[in-house]
Amino acid sequence: MESPQAVPEHRSASRSEGHLCGAKLKNAKEMPIGSAITTPGSAAEYKTGSWRNYRPIHDKAKCTNCLFCWLYCPEGCVKVKDGKFVEFDYDYCKGCGICAEECPVKEKAIKMVEEGK
Amino acid sequence: MANKIAALTGNNAVAYAMRQINPDVVAAYPITPQTEAVEEFADFVANGLVQTEYIPVESEHSSMSACIGASAAGARVMTTTSSAGFALMWEMLPIAAGLRTPVIMYVANRAFSAPLNIHCSHDDTMGGRDTGWIQIYSENAQEVYDNMIQAVRIGEHLDVRLPVMVCVDGFIISHAVERVELLEDDVVRKFIGPYKAVNPLLDVSKPVTIGAIGLPDYYTEHKRQHSQAILDAKPRILEIAKEYAAVSGRQYGLFESYKLSDAEVAIVIINSAAGVAKMVIDELRAKGHKVGLLKPRIYRPFPKEEIRDALKHLKAVAVMDRTDAFGAGATPTATEVSAALYGLPKVPLMINYVYGLGGRDISPADIQGVYNRLFDIAKTGKITGKVFDYLNVRD
Repeated sequence: MESPQAVPEHRSASRSEGHLCGAKLKNAKEMPIGSAITTPGSAAEYKTGSWRNYRPIHDKAKCTNCLFCWLYCPEGCVKVKDGKFVEFDYDYCKGCGICAEECPVKEKAIKMVEEGK
Repeated sequence: MANKIAALTGNNAVAYAMRQINPDVVAAYPITPQTEAVEEFADFVANGLVQTEYIPVESEHSSMSACIGASAAGARVMTTTSSAGFALMWEMLPIAAGLRTPVIMYVANRAFSAPLNIHCSHDDTMGGRDTGWIQIYSENAQEVYDNMIQAVRIGEHLDVRLPVMVCVDGFIISHAVERVELLEDDVVRKFIGPYKAVNPLLDVSKPVTIGAIGLPDYYTEHKRQHSQAILDAKPRILEIAKEYAAVSGRQYGLFESYKLSDAEVAIVIINSAAGVAKMVIDELRAKGHKVGLLKPRIYRPFPKEEIRDALKHLKAVAVMDRTDAFGAGATPTATEVSAALYGLPKVPLMINYVYGLGGRDISPADIQGVYNRLFDIAKTGKITGKVFDYLNVRD
């Protein structure tokens, strides 16, 4: 399975290089036949956080630890310990903004900031 | 090996093979001209001659869906269809292939509407030739019986794992009574062996997800894997044919060559019309004409290199199809054969005919006319008249 001709590195398609989010992707000979997934729970390997356009930023000083963000997060990306907010799981947070929307603190303890800014 | 001999229609022969195969699940919907095969099989189920779970579905979309599900669960699965039924399955056909479920399907080839027609064209399976299935074409009742049995081994082979459709001409063969040599039940069962599914859904000790999403980062590699698998099926098909010859005495290849090796001109034609052509060849050979025939059997994977080698010595060849590829200006088999011959230093001159649509008979005189034209082309070294044409049509 060779490419017909060499392509300059900067022109090659990132998807065919076999890397996404730093993970090595399997080639056509390595994959399970018929796209069967034989490892239960393997979805965890797919870091869906790469879809995110806006990232939630937590302000510890304003947070009352009401944990509405933990309750509403559709992806379980709010980590909590001993009844207190710890951090967001940016590997899987898709930046939907529900946590920021639902944060009941008047001054908002969660703000959505555009990725890359 | 004393084979049993019976007078059977093509549909009877298919039902007989299905009874001997005794699949775990059959999900099918009746459509002319395939109906008789699945009706007869339903009788076998009702009479306890098979242990098959028969699912009477409400459409062909459902029959193929049920087959895919049952196959993924780990069952040996079969179905049957024709024409519009095949078209209604269409959405599911690439899914059966993409999931690599070895569903075996009998297709009695029938024309597409409109106008409504229940008779033979190859519109259905020729249209579906790129759905990722293995395709086997059969000239007569004997061949469809033999191909059904071999299809099980081909589809389930661990290097292949693909669905297989076995095609025969609707009515012309499906409803005509012929002499058929049948194997004993235990010979067939020993030949096909038990089915051992890979990653069956019903094995709860090894959880598996079937039919997951494949986004741009993986989709291409899945298609590449499938593409290689179907191309690599060729040697497996030949090995299985050899084993089948040992138990049946009937040897099959990727295609049949009839008096082709020393021929100067030849016709390439699939299914029942090849029988008419062979008769005409015998008559022309008796008069000293060097004529031959190539009848494709395995159409997917298309035996490109083998067909190139078999045809390259010819002066002229006529490729004939029982379907049109509207707007292509060439029929499917002509396109395939042209691609196979491309790059040869000297390519045989080629003409292309659409014939026999919607069950129109193709007579020995029609075939003789094609050979006469090939004689002229071979003699003059050039094609006069149309390269692509309809045969026996009121223009």
